[in-house]
Amino acid sequence: MSFEKFFNTAVSAWMSQEGPDSDIVLSSRIRLARNIVDFRFPTLFSSEEAKQIVALFERTFAHRSYGGAGRFELLKMSELQPIEKRVLVEKHLISPHLAEDSPFGACLLSENEEISIMINEEDHIRIQCLFPGLQLAEALEAASELDDWIEGYVNYAFDERLGYLTSCPTNVGTGLRASVMMHLPALVMTQQINRIIPAINQLGLVVRGTYGEGSEALGNIFQISNQITLGKSEEDIVADLHTIVQQLIAQERAARQALVKTLGIQLEDKVFRSYGILANCRVIESKEAAQCLSDVRLGIDLGYIKNISRNILNELMILTQPGFLQQYAGGALRPEERDVRRAALIRERLKMEDRRKMEGDER
Amino acid sequence: MICQECKQRPATMHFTKIVNGEKTEFHLCEQCAKEHGHMFTFYGNDDFSLNNLLAGLLNFQAPMKEMTANAFPNPDVLQCETCQMTYHQFTQIGRFGCVNCYRTFARYLPPILKRLHSGNTAHSGKIPKRKGGVLHLRKQLATLKQKLQELVAREEFERAAEVRDQIRSLEDELRRRGEGDM
Ligand SMILES: [Zn+2]
Ligand SMILES: [Zn+2]
Repeated sequence: MSFEKFFNTAVSAWMSQEGPDSDIVLSSRIRLARNIVDFRFPTLFSSEEAKQIVALFERTFAHRSYGGAGRFELLKMSELQPIEKRVLVEKHLISPHLAEDSPFGACLLSENEEISIMINEEDHIRIQCLFPGLQLAEALEAASELDDWIEGYVNYAFDERLGYLTSCPTNVGTGLRASVMMHLPALVMTQQINRIIPAINQLGLVVRGTYGEGSEALGNIFQISNQITLGKSEEDIVADLHTIVQQLIAQERAARQALVKTLGIQLEDKVFRSYGILANCRVIESKEAAQCLSDVRLGIDLGYIKNISRNILNELMILTQPGFLQQYAGGALRPEERDVRRAALIRERLKMEDRRKMEGDER
Repeated sequence: MICQECKQRPATMHFTKIVNGEKTEFHLCEQCAKEHGHMFTFYGNDDFSLNNLLAGLLNFQAPMKEMTANAFPNPDVLQCETCQMTYHQFTQIGRFGCVNCYRTFARYLPPILKRLHSGNTAHSGKIPKRKGGVLHLRKQLATLKQKLQELVAREEFERAAEVRDQIRSLEDELRRRGEGDM
């Protein structure tokens, strides 16, 4: 497969489009957990029940169009190759739990990959809407509309007092998990993040690194989400998260300005060194790649680097993960081989920027 | 920040757990979080949930058991008729087996829900359209009544009067529907 072709099919809209505040907020996600009456929860349902649920959704929704999101396609976990599943996980379209521990799991995926409905994960269904930038309210509206549409065909488990009934009591009520992915390099560099995270936890929100198997937030990318699902309306949950995210954006912007002021050319140097590594490396581990990508992205946001699209961080953080690298290579790779592939893919992606730029100049 | 368990690696997993009404913070590295799997388990990279935390949390339920021993039958013998899950199993895995489990274990749920949801025990969000009708009206009524109290407290009597009228017409509507249903 040519790089451009691979690249164009690999990148979903939410990764390559820009949204509000997308210099700092990479994406917004809403997830709604729902269950259907008359079936036991996936905790202990029979394989017969599991198959009936998949069949119900296949019959009712597969191949149907939904607004601007395009047609839904049903993907059964049992029919996918391990690499294919991994790619879906890396794109945040399904959870690792669905990919690995749900033998009767399936996913209804919209053509534009903004909507994915996980079937037979921890709950019967989990509706997910992913939007670029900070668009929590928009994503909630989209998820809620989709929820209404689905509700027209199935009977949701709902209790007047407890709300939507979920297999785990941590999700009962709204079944809502709202989250944003944020790039916070300046708060990390200035170490302010260390006091900010506990403060955010105090407010009933969860902060964690989005990437990285080890112990850190690779690429300085953090995921912030709500913890409480009961006793607050969906709108309030989202509004409260939005408020905190806006404060974080302001703090990150202030920290960036402070860094520019105090470090000046040192910061510019750091950015361009990282660019140099990415543009020339022949072998690179995911940790180093993530740090360099974060630096380059910061350099783009600060105006040091021009003519490279901002999405490079978001895209390459995803495309340089093991699943994608192996899909690009067309087969399994050992870790050392992945590091070579990763370097090649990053260089290709940067060359693509140069080509785009030249085409732009000719016009 | 350094992991509070091993005191070596940086802490990347941060959560607040409310135990007996008191907030406790945990800052762990991923390795330690994994090692303490009985308390913190993760679904790999994504959509980490507190779910598994709960199983651990429920195992520390001794005080509640003592407290409820006299008032209620031993909860461990409770069993859901629909899915056969026992209350004991529920505390082990931290998940319900079916919708009916919520009813079967109802009297033991409020303290658990309070702990998980900052003291909340009742839903105040979306209602499925299908349930709509009367339920929607009742929620609307509750919201208006609260608004009325606030307005009165702030001595905004003119607006309070408007809200009171809305409440009356809603109550009329509910009464009409109630009669219609019967
Ligand atoms: Zn540790
Ligand atoms: Zn049950």
